[in-house]
Amino acid sequence: MEHRVVITGMGIWSCLGTTLDEVRDSLYTGKSGIAFSQEHKDAGFRSALCSTIAQPDLKPLVPRNLRQFMPEEAQYAYMSTRQALENAKLDIDYIAQHEVGLIFGNDSTAEATVNAIDKFRDFHDTAACGSGSIFQSMNSTVTMNLACLFKLKGINLTASAACASGSQAIGLGSLLIRNGLQECVVCGGAQEANMFSVAAFDGLQSFSVREDQPSQASRPFDRDRDGLVPGGGAATVILESYEHAVRRGAPILGEIISWGFSSNGDHISTPNVEDPARSLELCLKNGGVSPDEIGYINAHATSTKIGDAREAQAIARIFGDRRVPVTSTKSQTGHEMWMAGASELIYSMLMMKNDFIAGSLNFENPDDDTACINILPECQEVHFDMFLSNSFGFGGTNSTIIVKNL
Amino acid sequence: MTREEIITQVNSLLSDEFEVDAATFAPDANIRETLQLDSLSLVDLVALVQQTYRIKIPVTELRGIQTFANLYDYIESHLPAA
Repeated sequence: MEHRVVITGMGIWSCLGTTLDEVRDSLYTGKSGIAFSQEHKDAGFRSALCSTIAQPDLKPLVPRNLRQFMPEEAQYAYMSTRQALENAKLDIDYIAQHEVGLIFGNDSTAEATVNAIDKFRDFHDTAACGSGSIFQSMNSTVTMNLACLFKLKGINLTASAACASGSQAIGLGSLLIRNGLQECVVCGGAQEANMFSVAAFDGLQSFSVREDQPSQASRPFDRDRDGLVPGGGAATVILESYEHAVRRGAPILGEIISWGFSSNGDHISTPNVEDPARSLELCLKNGGVSPDEIGYINAHATSTKIGDAREAQAIARIFGDRRVPVTSTKSQTGHEMWMAGASELIYSMLMMKNDFIAGSLNFENPDDDTACINILPECQEVHFDMFLSNSFGFGGTNSTIIVKNL
Repeated sequence: MTREEIITQVNSLLSDEFEVDAATFAPDANIRETLQLDSLSLVDLVALVQQTYRIKIPVTELRGIQTFANLYDYIESHLPAA
């Protein structure tokens, strides 16, 4: 028997805000979370643009001996997960008596690794790394910390799928619930936002160099786009079987209708059209959804020349001339990478629940490749009941999720 | 450094690192209990001493450090000559 999978809670810690209300307002008003970082410039970055994220103060919330194991991304994830559990009305007593799982997307721990190795090299002694380093520098650091802090007893897994990590985590969580293996799974994505995590990425000349106009730098699908802007933070959604949610009287916000995925099996950084298109197609097919039912597409589009072009063509291939509204919230947030699949699902949920579609900032002119889809440059007040969210990553990993309003 | 300077500095470092009020530190108090050190956070004590004074505390020596006074003694006796 298959179970319906519903969303009962959301939490976010992003450059657009640290509460759902704040983020909703930022989306509606078209706030940009992007700024120039003198620290990045002084360190030798080609592009010193990045998103600005509030640093959480965990001191009053987590004892020192547990905080010691938490790198930046785990701290963000702790904050977003606290919110999501509260939003879902899941308290510590309920969690203690029920098997609640955890799947988070994360694909780097650069700062923790650099700090540990610096100390090791400096002192020629492994003890100098300190007790937290090993736990901070493993790729599963977010799930190992959250599972211990929130006493979660179900599946405990990190999904590493480059910039599709957050989306794949939600896809996997929904699959376990649909198949009856879990009743409730905490899912999300986290992204460290320190300069060590993106230095090598900057070295690929992938970032926008529009440093004198930070809020105009991320311009997905626009003719004059010149690269992405790195972002970060964390986003958490609580997924449950419909029966479980009803049984405990949880707020039901939406339903994960389906998950689609594919791999390009091709170039490590240059995407193609046909394989991302397969991810969209499979997602529609798995959910028995007609393209006509999709009211909004939250694109992966990061503001790179080739990536945006290929995604536009993939969307057009599946949606034809239906003119479904498409935007990329990365125009406001920059590219939240490992977190993006989860945060963008929340951004889309906030729009769906509040009857608007946030404009794709800085979309002024399409080019020959992006003119084939209906990109909204400005916020529109519109009701829709189903959206599709794309996430694509290095190595050609593609993930698509369809969510319905409830 | 004089012993008094060592005590003042070590207490301040330990208080900041382990978030315990230095007023609770007494020379004869058990350092693990006072700072709530478990087997993992004990490693942070070793790292703190190493990073601050460039003094390594081998495991065999660590067993002998039970009180705050033991730690002051160890640092005082191992400080590199000025």
